[in-house]
Amino acid sequence: MNTDRSVNRVRRRTNWPITILMIIGCVTIFFPLYMTVIIAFKKPSEMTNDILGALQPPAHWSLSNFSEAMKVTNFGQTLGYSILITLCTVVLSVIIHSLAGYAVGRNMARKKFYKFAYFYMLSGMFVPFAILMMPEVKQAALLHLANWGGVIILYVVFFMPMNMLLYVGYLKNIPMALEEAAYVDGAGVWSTFWHVIFPNMMPMHATVAVLTALSAWNDVMTPLVMMGGSGANTLPLAQLNFQSQFSTNYNLAFASYLLALIPILIFYLICQKQIINGVVNGAIK
Amino acid sequence: MKRQMQSRSIGRKDKTFLAMLLPIMILFFLFNTLPLLQGFAYSFTNFRGFGSYNFVGLRNYVNLFQDDRIGHSYQFTFLVAIVTTIIVNVISLVLAIGLNSKIRFKSTLRGIYFIPAVLGGLVIGYIFNFFFTYILPAFGQAVGSATLSSSFLSNPQLAWIAVVIVVAWQSIAMNTIIYISGLQTVPQDVYEAGALDGATGWKKFKNLTLPLIMPFVTINMVLCMKNFLMVFDQIMSLTKGGPAQSTESISYLIYNNGLGGGQFGYQSANAVIFFVIIVIISLLQLKFLGSKEEQL
Repeated sequence: MNTDRSVNRVRRRTNWPITILMIIGCVTIFFPLYMTVIIAFKKPSEMTNDILGALQPPAHWSLSNFSEAMKVTNFGQTLGYSILITLCTVVLSVIIHSLAGYAVGRNMARKKFYKFAYFYMLSGMFVPFAILMMPEVKQAALLHLANWGGVIILYVVFFMPMNMLLYVGYLKNIPMALEEAAYVDGAGVWSTFWHVIFPNMMPMHATVAVLTALSAWNDVMTPLVMMGGSGANTLPLAQLNFQSQFSTNYNLAFASYLLALIPILIFYLICQKQIINGVVNGAIK
Repeated sequence: MKRQMQSRSIGRKDKTFLAMLLPIMILFFLFNTLPLLQGFAYSFTNFRGFGSYNFVGLRNYVNLFQDDRIGHSYQFTFLVAIVTTIIVNVISLVLAIGLNSKIRFKSTLRGIYFIPAVLGGLVIGYIFNFFFTYILPAFGQAVGSATLSSSFLSNPQLAWIAVVIVVAWQSIAMNTIIYISGLQTVPQDVYEAGALDGATGWKKFKNLTLPLIMPFVTINMVLCMKNFLMVFDQIMSLTKGGPAQSTESISYLIYNNGLGGGQFGYQSANAVIFFVIIVIISLLQLKFLGSKEEQL
């Protein structure tokens, strides 16, 4: 009786020491972000050598660093390229990878060829970009793909193994009876896919979209080698390419860093739950 | 008659499935398998990235094993990957247990701890670059510590620690969330039964929690190791391989010398070796994934 009550009490009571420790721990997350915001709003003349001086809030919160950073990094166009590449990659990935997952997942049990296709494309997970990078630069030059279009193609191919694995896994949850009903009604494979399977894979589309979007948005290496010489930039690539122009003007540089972080932070604030769910689904599947 | 119709419709279905799959496979072949084969072929040449080149047999591979710069980059990359994997998993597990206990503001706190995972490694690297160059030394001078007073990033002995800190700061977020979902698979009555037997605190963690979430620990370890071996963004923004080539990761060296340094063929051989290592680790990953599926 006594233990019973104490177990119940333990279950309900808030553990304040751990709550407080966890809140204090947030400093490690917020400190670099705080530093970024503070420095981004300051004038170079306000930067002093001691830490307190560097980390003090600015005397005047001025937006001039931001307008200059936008000019230097061509922010509007750069943001446009980042959004264009990420959106196209996500849309194409959801369509192409779910198609591949469907074709492979529904046939690999009966046909050797599909089983081969499954393991063949899955083996792409083993290939680090470092080994593809050099031949792909040559290939891109040959095919006139050394631009944002080439980056999208590479992303669609590079994320295929992981996403196909997720779709094939999810397909096991969709009963065959649904499709058979459609076939009996005279629907073909395509229309069955679009009207029955594709809508039923919605939760997995969300996971794939989140994982693909995060990887594409933050990636540096692919745009670096594919569109390095094209004059166009993605947000991370712009930070890399304009480092020399920031030189020692850290306030300008940090304004630019903050600008590069803000879009994804806003997106995270809005879709926090979907993003965390998507990442967890993708990781433990 | 009926069977014939059925088999004809199966034949048509097969054709449609093939029409779905084949273009995708061709795309995959063109942009994944073909460059892989080309990379393999280049590894037997002295190609500089331009101009003419000759077949040199296994000379690149022989030279790789005698090249101090390559050897050092493997040492550095493995050191960073192993140390970061351990640090990330220990801290993530502690954070996950904290965030999974009976605390207030649970979802807000989880949301905050996940923030680093959505931010790009390159920009975070630049921000920490400033921190290590100016803030930390100023702090070191203020407290009178000789080690902290000069920048980690300009010290060949210490620069790798800065890389570990930045990579860990970002990766802890993702791993914490995965561990939290692992902890949620442990049924409450296991703890209640354990509590009756006097299992609390460290004993509870060691004898109940840890064995039950072991599949998550192994998968996190393998995923971390694989990701950290490919570290690139943080090197670009923190150190650019310096000081004195002390922080050149394998990927960074392949990029830098292969595409910019005229060692296209030589670094292709390096990439092939690197590829073999990643394959071994990925096979381990698949093995763990398979065994986990059986258990759950």
